[in-house]
Amino acid sequence: MTKIDTSSPESVLPTPSHTVGPFYGYALPFRGGEEIAPLGHPDTITVHGYILDGEGKPLPDAFVELWGADPDGNVPTTDGSIRRDPATGGYLGRNGVEFTGWGRIQTDANGHWYARTLRPGARGQSAPYLSVCVFARGLLVHLFTRIYLPGDEAALAADPLLGQVDEDRRGTLIAVDEGNGTYRFDIRLQGEDETVFLEFR
Amino acid sequence: MTLTQHDIDQEIAAEHAAYEKRVADGAPVEHQPRRDYAPYRSSVLRHPRQPPITIDVAKDPELVELSSPAFGERDITEIDNDLTRQHNGEPIGERITVSGRLLDRDGRPIRGQLIEIWQANSAGRYAHQREQHDAPLDPNFTGVGRTITDAEGRYHFTTVQPGPYPWRNHLNAWRPAHIHFSMFGTAFTQRLVTQMYFPSDPLFPYDPIIQSVTDDAARQRLVATYDHNLSVPEFSMGYHWDIVLDGPKATWIEEGR
Repeated sequence: MTKIDTSSPESVLPTPSHTVGPFYGYALPFRGGEEIAPLGHPDTITVHGYILDGEGKPLPDAFVELWGADPDGNVPTTDGSIRRDPATGGYLGRNGVEFTGWGRIQTDANGHWYARTLRPGARGQSAPYLSVCVFARGLLVHLFTRIYLPGDEAALAADPLLGQVDEDRRGTLIAVDEGNGTYRFDIRLQGEDETVFLEFR
Repeated sequence: MTLTQHDIDQEIAAEHAAYEKRVADGAPVEHQPRRDYAPYRSSVLRHPRQPPITIDVAKDPELVELSSPAFGERDITEIDNDLTRQHNGEPIGERITVSGRLLDRDGRPIRGQLIEIWQANSAGRYAHQREQHDAPLDPNFTGVGRTITDAEGRYHFTTVQPGPYPWRNHLNAWRPAHIHFSMFGTAFTQRLVTQMYFPSDPLFPYDPIIQSVTDDAARQRLVATYDHNLSVPEFSMGYHWDIVLDGPKATWIEEGR
């Protein structure tokens, strides 16, 4: 039965998740999905990496969504990530000025993705991070993780989530500084050096 | 050795029996599929083996995951929710209307949020270059739509009934007809991608993807209800499908909703 009776809380139960399957590629990705930072913004960083399976093979049919605060730690409330063109029905792309904080990026044939976004500011007790949601063929429920940026060791040491993670796995949540504002973050779905994934309660 | 439907049927039955036993032994009802569901072969190397780390959102209301990306009128066009009007001609197939409400776990409507859909055409073929199924493409149907929920959390799509299609999980594997749905809530933690099915599809017992939801009642929540009130005279068949997003949200967002 899929008419939910909202008058009785016990009948309001979650809709189960399913995989995105192999054919989302003509539907979900959009022009400029990876260019989250406003053009020419001085706090722009590049994050990139591979998504790998349990045999270390890259996934050519996965995508990530990034969601993060602006450099002052404020949550963006601006829409316009997937602006449409009413004349052609195609995508206009972002307007290059506003920061929506969100992007969707599919891996290429090598299993690699990249995004340019703004360096997130700290919020609450956490060290600065970008929230990541991973989707792929074969993945029945999406996976959440976080990209922490290296540099501020004190903030990382005080971060409540990083404090919950065993030391030998903590590194999977911290990007590698490659210089020039570029950070590498690989996502390993399974096996050796498996990325730490999160659930929210 | 070729993997047959019989092999997969046995694996599905074993997973189902194992779940029933867990619940009988006192384990909680599982509303979500397990990521390590071997009858769906693509999951085997793509699920984590380590348990996830739990974040108690009540301890920090500032978590960015407790907020959601915003979408607005400029992110959709007027006809994005009508998949039958995106080309010069009419798509082939049985026209359908799919409508329902986007709700949170408290039964409150999720307003002004993005729903995206994609689907195969009436012959069971996706407009995707890597799609190998030898069924005709329809030049008047792409199969992609999006909309923003209204003040009651309601959404509305007009499209054509998708066809079932074969895939290569095992020999003679067929997917029941479905529409893919992607939803945002008031918090990023509520993000959901899933598939909506049609009532009484004879393929349900054979499909390891729908069967990955091992709880019988949870699986039913993926199946739309035929709704004659949604059928449009001389035009389309109506289906009703309400969606409930899981995942915690910021408590302050509850006020006034």
